[in-house]
Amino acid sequence: MNSSLLKIRTPEGIVFSQLLAGPVTRFLAWFIDVMCILALLETLGRLLILLQFVSSNLAGAVYTLGYFAISIGYGMACEWRWRGQTIGKKLFRLRVVDAEGLRLQFNQIVTRNLLRFVDALPAFYFVGGVACWLSPQCQRLGDLAANTIVIRNPRVAQPDLDQLSAGMFNSLRHYPHLAGRLRQRVSPLEAAIALQALLRRDEFAPIARLELFRDLAAHFRAKVAFPPEATDGITDEQFLRNVADVIYRTRANNRIENLAA
Amino acid sequence: MIIDLQRFIVAERPTWTELERLLNRLEAEPASRMSLEQLEHFHLLYERTAADLARITTFSAEPETRRYLENLVARAYGEIHETRDRPGRRAPLTWFFQTLPQTFRRHVRAFYVSLAITLAGCAFGGFALALDPTAKPVLMPFPHLLQDPTQRVAEEESATQDRLAGHKTSFSAFLMTHNIRVSIFTLALGMTWGVGTFLMLFSNGIMLGAVTADFIRAGETKFLVGWLLPHGAVEIPAILIAGQAGLMLALALIGRGARVPLGARLRAVSKDLVTLIGGVGLLLAWAGFVEAFLSQYHEPIIPYPAKIAFGLIELGLLFLFLARSGATQRPPP
Repeated sequence: MNSSLLKIRTPEGIVFSQLLAGPVTRFLAWFIDVMCILALLETLGRLLILLQFVSSNLAGAVYTLGYFAISIGYGMACEWRWRGQTIGKKLFRLRVVDAEGLRLQFNQIVTRNLLRFVDALPAFYFVGGVACWLSPQCQRLGDLAANTIVIRNPRVAQPDLDQLSAGMFNSLRHYPHLAGRLRQRVSPLEAAIALQALLRRDEFAPIARLELFRDLAAHFRAKVAFPPEATDGITDEQFLRNVADVIYRTRANNRIENLAA
Repeated sequence: MIIDLQRFIVAERPTWTELERLLNRLEAEPASRMSLEQLEHFHLLYERTAADLARITTFSAEPETRRYLENLVARAYGEIHETRDRPGRRAPLTWFFQTLPQTFRRHVRAFYVSLAITLAGCAFGGFALALDPTAKPVLMPFPHLLQDPTQRVAEEESATQDRLAGHKTSFSAFLMTHNIRVSIFTLALGMTWGVGTFLMLFSNGIMLGAVTADFIRAGETKFLVGWLLPHGAVEIPAILIAGQAGLMLALALIGRGARVPLGARLRAVSKDLVTLIGGVGLLLAWAGFVEAFLSQYHEPIIPYPAKIAFGLIELGLLFLFLARSGATQRPPP
């Protein structure tokens, strides 16, 4: 597998990326689907016990046809009903999509599922797994034939910018010319690093958190020299929160919020 | 300059929410259609959200909002730029009597190749058995075919009990599903650049040729034709059509002489492959039914001429269906 991202450029010149699912995640999703198929077959078998009293011949025929329909049709039916997802894929937040970002077609779903016959060879999807591993877009042979990819949709939460000391005193704001200079000198990447560090601060181990905020605070202190009365007596983390507040919130924005309230 | 993220989100969120609502509705009701005004509004929302994505990518590396917008733009892009026919409710009879035969005829050269490979296999199997009768277990590795043909015919014709009594339906279901699996496998092996499809067709041909030669050598031609023709008249062409589909897939994969990318070539044949394999499934369901309920019964229960006539009528109808059905209608886009 060469890359975990597929970038698509629209005719309008906008680039968006899709996070490709790796072979291991896909294998786990497939394992869940196999369990679902077995559960459906077990249910069918139990239901047919009643039919056996009427005709064991008919019950045998219905089970054979049911086994065939469930084992082949499960993937097709789920992916068509849930727009590229099966139960296993739902659990692992995977989705089958068109390789060019277009709408997934019924033909594509059928083709990729029929090609499982080859991908599953000789056992446990060995051929499909190897193809997936070697393919630049992590496609098994069925995906290649159907021109589809499997993407991962991690849970996307809206950014909670209220964590950036909303309504709290910010000593840096007493120096609007220096705050403006800070906004001018900080690059988007540096700003994003500060924001992410603050949003994920609870995920760090205590010592790592102290070290990280110490380094980041030192980096931003070097950008603009605020007077000591603005920076003395506050922790590195508080300083960084004030910096992010200056960068990501303006007074105009605060006015908008106040008006909205 | 850093974008004022929160102000940006507050200002633009209504656009994103509305686009998301429209996308959810489109995805929940694939058959729904929008009016021109709704389409223009949808396009406006898409363009504005795409522009927001461009802004946030350029000015702020905030990954969560970017990922959210990417997701929205990706979904809307698929709806706006898709030019292929939106799947709707199709009439099964139109599909069967028009789309299927038209698709078959459009790729009939692949069918001829499939037929030629099978005939080559037949010739090889027949010739090999005639040359070396002891090779029978190798050429036909199935216990019920290893018996001496004359002895088998004598046993079948003198049978007083119906050996399929009580499990004809389940036997029929087994034949249907087994043959459909083999056909799908033959199609899927097209992904081996056609090598697997070739081997499947050739090995089928070898067995068919060897069985034919075995019964002809034993002077049991009438029994053979009466036994194979009722179901074989449909089953063998169905396997050949599956081979045709496999070869189409291989041809798209190889792309010899084509100047379009691999993805576009495969996309072009995808719909036709599904149509052909759907037709194969129906043909094999019929063949499985006939094989269980008719082919296994011989004289004196059913006279051979009746069985042969039935098989010939089937073959003629199938030929007419594939050659003429839907010929006057315009093919689908």
